[in-house]
Amino acid sequence: MTMATAVRLKFGPSAAALGALLALAAVSLFVGVSELSPGALFSDPQALGLMMASRVPRTLAALLAGGALAIAGLVMQALARNRFVEPSTAGTTQSAALGVLLVTVLWPEAPLGWKAAVAVVTALAGTSVFLALAHRLPPTQPFLVPLFGIVYGGVVGAVATFAAWQLDLLQYLETWTTGEFSGVLRGRYELLWIAGALVALAWWTADRLTILSLGRDVGIGLGLNYAAVLRLGLVIVSAIAALTVVVVGIIPFVGLVAPNLISRFAGENLRHTLPWVAGTGAALVLSCDIIGRLIRFPYEIPVGIVLGVVGAALFLGLLFAGRGDG
Amino acid sequence: MIDISDVSLTLGGSVILDQISLTLPKGGVTALVGPNGAGKSSLLSLIARLRPLQTGRITVDGHPIDTTPTRQLAKVMAILRQDPGVASRLRVAELVGFGRFPHSGGRLTAEDRRIVAETLERFDLTGLASRFIDTLSGGQRQRALVAMTFCQGTGTVLLDEPLNNLDMFHARELMRMLRKIADEHGKTVLVVLHDINHAAAHADRIVAMKDGRIAAAGDTASIIRPDLLEMVFGFPMQVETIAGRLTVLHHA
Repeated sequence: MTMATAVRLKFGPSAAALGALLALAAVSLFVGVSELSPGALFSDPQALGLMMASRVPRTLAALLAGGALAIAGLVMQALARNRFVEPSTAGTTQSAALGVLLVTVLWPEAPLGWKAAVAVVTALAGTSVFLALAHRLPPTQPFLVPLFGIVYGGVVGAVATFAAWQLDLLQYLETWTTGEFSGVLRGRYELLWIAGALVALAWWTADRLTILSLGRDVGIGLGLNYAAVLRLGLVIVSAIAALTVVVVGIIPFVGLVAPNLISRFAGENLRHTLPWVAGTGAALVLSCDIIGRLIRFPYEIPVGIVLGVVGAALFLGLLFAGRGDG
Repeated sequence: MIDISDVSLTLGGSVILDQISLTLPKGGVTALVGPNGAGKSSLLSLIARLRPLQTGRITVDGHPIDTTPTRQLAKVMAILRQDPGVASRLRVAELVGFGRFPHSGGRLTAEDRRIVAETLERFDLTGLASRFIDTLSGGQRQRALVAMTFCQGTGTVLLDEPLNNLDMFHARELMRMLRKIADEHGKTVLVVLHDINHAAAHADRIVAMKDGRIAAAGDTASIIRPDLLEMVFGFPMQVETIAGRLTVLHHA
């Protein structure tokens, strides 16, 4: 094998995937209600303004939210040692929504940052309860954990809905429960960079998170500070889920589909697979957002709804296709 | 050397281990035997700090297991629990590589890679190195887990019923491997066994447990005796020397 072929084999797939993601982002920049062409950017100051105030933030928000949610799912699966859980099916997202509701009632004029902070705290509490209970379930019944998560998330969600109904805030709740990017403007999405930073943190600790997924006994045997890594994972999952709920709302299935898709082909050694999972999540959310913008142009369909359909179909496909031998 | 003094364990009001004191010298293979519920796995979990020590004191090569940092202990002893239920989709070489975690913290050095390759070869796993562990048979997966445990390169190795899932060939191979690393590398091996004849054939010492206590401990030949075995396991069995080996006839 020549040097050039070796380099191509090693970096070829990553370069191709990155290229595809950039192409998708470029498409996203020029799809929308207002006509915008690449040429106009140079001649028309208004076009440039629209680009910087709306299209760029929207595209970045979709990429950040998608990548981060995929990683939240991946880390959640390592924490629960179960492939079929993600923040939105384990009560994390619902707890975050409950937190936002709480802060809206008690402190209506709270800035976005404070809302996010409260949502992170309630998401942490909700996820801790989920994990503490899920670790008591018999490991011989892998479907009990996601089943329990769905019931638990349903209960927390129902509490939020009931409270919102009583307080006449159902419409408010709706904006957090259906994820959409149409409201994303410059100054309204920057909190998502924190979610991006948490993805970097997850990558930094990838080996520890992989060992965590091997279970407590193996982890301690290998000298892992099991409790500390568990707490770190909990923070990553809760913070990413809460930040995306506050900024764009609930986007389902990304955390389930992206990790399971990559796991089939590349396994679960997170140091190698984590960037792929993040990229897949980013591409999935951005394409669903573009589809939502185009499908009944000039009106928009929220990304949460598009992903509900696309994600469910992809996930069922993954389940029924079985697992490859790699 | 493993030094256990005055260790008791009570769970939910029932006594699991009752004032165990035991010293295992450095080197050699020690088999831990006894009926179900005797407390073998509990004792192993305590030594391996998988369970908090309630009373008493345990040291491994002079390191008190309750006060030494866990990462440091991971360089001193390795533990393989019975059926750890590893479900992650890792390749065999990656799993074995994680055995080097206590030393390298994840980033494998050239030395680590050499040890991993050697371990794969030794456990007859080189051909399976790039297979995902969830595509392996139970026996192959067990071998990969034992290989990871060895890859940790510790002076003391604790194994809880490692012969589970292994066929006769691989069970014998594993016991010979334990024998070899004890003989050639001076490692201390403590292994929970259910097959008393594997213990008789390969162990230097046998520790027999019953009802949370040490019922008997000593050289293999001094434990493989009809009266002692009947006392521990609760039924009479014959001990014969066949082809120069002590053999317990307990099946019929």
